[in-house]
Amino acid sequence: MIPEIGHFALILALSIAIVQGVFPLLGSLIGRNNWVAIAKPASFAQMFFLSVSFACLLFAFLTNDFSVKYVANNSNSQMPTIFRISALWGAHEGSLLLWALTLGGWGAAVGYFSKGIPPIMLARVLSVMGLIGVGFMLFMLLTSNPFERLLQIPAEGRQLNPLLQDIGLAIHPPMLYMGYVGLSVAFSFAIAAMIGGKLDAAWARWARPWTNIAWMFLTFGITLGSWWAYYELGWGGWWFWDPVENASLMPWIVGTALIHSLAVTEKRASFKAWTILLCILGFSLSLLGTFLVRSGVLTSVHSFASDPERGLFILIFLLVVIGSSLTLFAFRAHKFRSVGIFSLVSRESGLLVNNVILIIMTATVLLGTLYPLIIDAFGSGKISVGPPYFNYVTVPLGTLLLITMGFGFFIRWKKDQPSRILKKIWIPLTVSLVAAFVLPLILISDFNVKTTLGLFLGSWVTLGALMWVVSLGRSPFKLPLSSWGSVIAHIGMAMTVIGITLVSIYDTEKDVRLEIGQSYDLAGYNFAFTNIESLKVDNYIASRATLDVTQEGKLVNKMYPEKRDYGRDQMPMTEAGIDAGFTRDLFAALGEPLGNNAWSFRIYHKPFVRWIWLGGVLMGLGGMLAAFDKRYRRTRKVIVKQTLPSSELKNSSDQVSGATA
Amino acid sequence: MKPRTKRLFFVLLALCCVGAASALITKAMKGNLAYLHTPEQVLAGEVPEGQVFRLGGLVKEGSLERSKTDLEARFIVRDNRNNEITVVTNKILPDLFAEGKSQVSRGKMAKDGLFYAEEVLAKHDAEYMPKELSDTLNKEHAPAPAKKGTYQ
Repeated sequence: MIPEIGHFALILALSIAIVQGVFPLLGSLIGRNNWVAIAKPASFAQMFFLSVSFACLLFAFLTNDFSVKYVANNSNSQMPTIFRISALWGAHEGSLLLWALTLGGWGAAVGYFSKGIPPIMLARVLSVMGLIGVGFMLFMLLTSNPFERLLQIPAEGRQLNPLLQDIGLAIHPPMLYMGYVGLSVAFSFAIAAMIGGKLDAAWARWARPWTNIAWMFLTFGITLGSWWAYYELGWGGWWFWDPVENASLMPWIVGTALIHSLAVTEKRASFKAWTILLCILGFSLSLLGTFLVRSGVLTSVHSFASDPERGLFILIFLLVVIGSSLTLFAFRAHKFRSVGIFSLVSRESGLLVNNVILIIMTATVLLGTLYPLIIDAFGSGKISVGPPYFNYVTVPLGTLLLITMGFGFFIRWKKDQPSRILKKIWIPLTVSLVAAFVLPLILISDFNVKTTLGLFLGSWVTLGALMWVVSLGRSPFKLPLSSWGSVIAHIGMAMTVIGITLVSIYDTEKDVRLEIGQSYDLAGYNFAFTNIESLKVDNYIASRATLDVTQEGKLVNKMYPEKRDYGRDQMPMTEAGIDAGFTRDLFAALGEPLGNNAWSFRIYHKPFVRWIWLGGVLMGLGGMLAAFDKRYRRTRKVIVKQTLPSSELKNSSDQVSGATA
Repeated sequence: MKPRTKRLFFVLLALCCVGAASALITKAMKGNLAYLHTPEQVLAGEVPEGQVFRLGGLVKEGSLERSKTDLEARFIVRDNRNNEITVVTNKILPDLFAEGKSQVSRGKMAKDGLFYAEEVLAKHDAEYMPKELSDTLNKEHAPAPAKKGTYQ
């Protein structure tokens, strides 16, 4: 009964989404206010029925209702409750439902927090979001219904892939989805602006906080995913340039470009058409990511069993979304004349360079990700593009990006003098250069060009951000949240870069064979294999090794890497032993028994690896702080005033806001 | 600066960036692409010597041998037409590695006729074989006579 209610609620949500997608938009075009007014309640109702649907599926998981095919395939009664919940989005159908729920949630949030947005604009935004929802719910109901019943009810369900039975994975997909789907808000704002043919500073102020929040979730999602891969996959890597990782990275890069481009659009009334294009691109890449993961066209650790029909549906949906929005763009782009002029040496130019670099990065990652598909389509063989390709391309581009980033803090909007900038930058430039050359010499008495470069870039950006915030000359308590956000996010970026540099250059990894009683020396630490035991936990049997880690004779830590056997044709799982630290991680993964009490081990020493994720957390935090800046709420009053005067004044609001910002 | 010169400057800047990026990409693509080959293709001499490639196929039942002193492992990879190549690796074999199951290893053929793998992957779950591998293994070939690898 409950699953049928869920199914029915999903169908109702679809019907509401259709109404939400059609009538407010039509009403806004032909001037029927009562149709326009449907948008907000419809978004709430859609959210409500999606929640009901989601709750029903959750109930089926919690009560082990194996008559539901999806539950029977992905959960069993032996699994701990937390993983029976996360199993809901552990496979295709449920993750689509989560996606739809997230979209509904974003729509309802836009509806709720929209007091300053004119009803016509809001109606169009919510209509576009409704139409996207229609696409996804149709997809679910036609090809992948999570509520499908089994005629023969099994006594016990199958297992969720053991890899996914982990707390990191319980929260990683929802975070990532919040980010992916959140970009649909910026996209919908862009489409609404194109339909209305008007894009002003007020529009940018509406779109900015939503973009920031989506970007924050994407940042947290990617960071979590990287951390999860590090400790759960047992390979000890934090980024593999796997197609599915790339699929989440691309919207993030474009989202980063969009945040900066929106700043220019708001403050200088420039980059308008470009901003719109980035909104479209960001969401299209989110959809492409979904297509890549769901269709199984790419060989990846994330691939679920593939189903061509599903891939085709998403591909068509992708084409419709990109095709229609770009067509609209072609007709309306000429209306978005950028009125803010700027000279060569100006913050606008700096941000232009930022955007160009970020887009080139996206393009190269996209090329590397799709290249195997293209080659295969031409029938010239099955290839894989290795990580060196991506590193080779992104490292130089990233270097350029970070150098520009440091300058960006010191350059004024519109027009600046190179001599004035030079006066400002010589201190941070010298300090970061000295730090980059001297620190490695003192601390590890080693000189490596790459280390120096990474340290320079990191300290250059950090110092730039700090000096900028000090030069604003306000007490920390009166500083606008957006300034706090900006500083924290950029310092986060610097931390990540330093972490990546140091761990890439100085990490040591070794696969070894150890018998009980034997030990191995790595990076000044001694790893002694002292014991192996067998434990029965929840729904698996673990072989747990004990490694005593000593440094110069002193015990640092005991590590317990495990191999877990989940039985029933499931693959074994590697649970790494990790001794985490601010400046270094020790990592040991248990391989396989080799006979004679010998096991294979994978032992790593990873300096500064935590900085990568710490930086990610700071970046996300910065994005969130910036989104809650008072400015985005205060401006609503200004907008109300602006709509009162005659229409000519309205059209010139670009120049007005441009001049005052 | 006149608007036109400025525009020209930005266009040139963009062109430079695109040019530099293309150059980087072309360079990076060289040598970082690894083709997937079956033992049959390798034995037929389709793979140039010294090239890094990925060898895909099934692990022959009963072929896995381990060293008594270090991590070295050897196993035989075969395709559907009984072409066989011996793989040598010093790395930990993945959790899903099993005799009779599919695997993909990345490495080079050496003069001694052995395939030295830097990485062994078994990226399937309990039921599925990666699509690219099943495509390659099932590709139509003239049925070759059953043979032991000429390399051995």
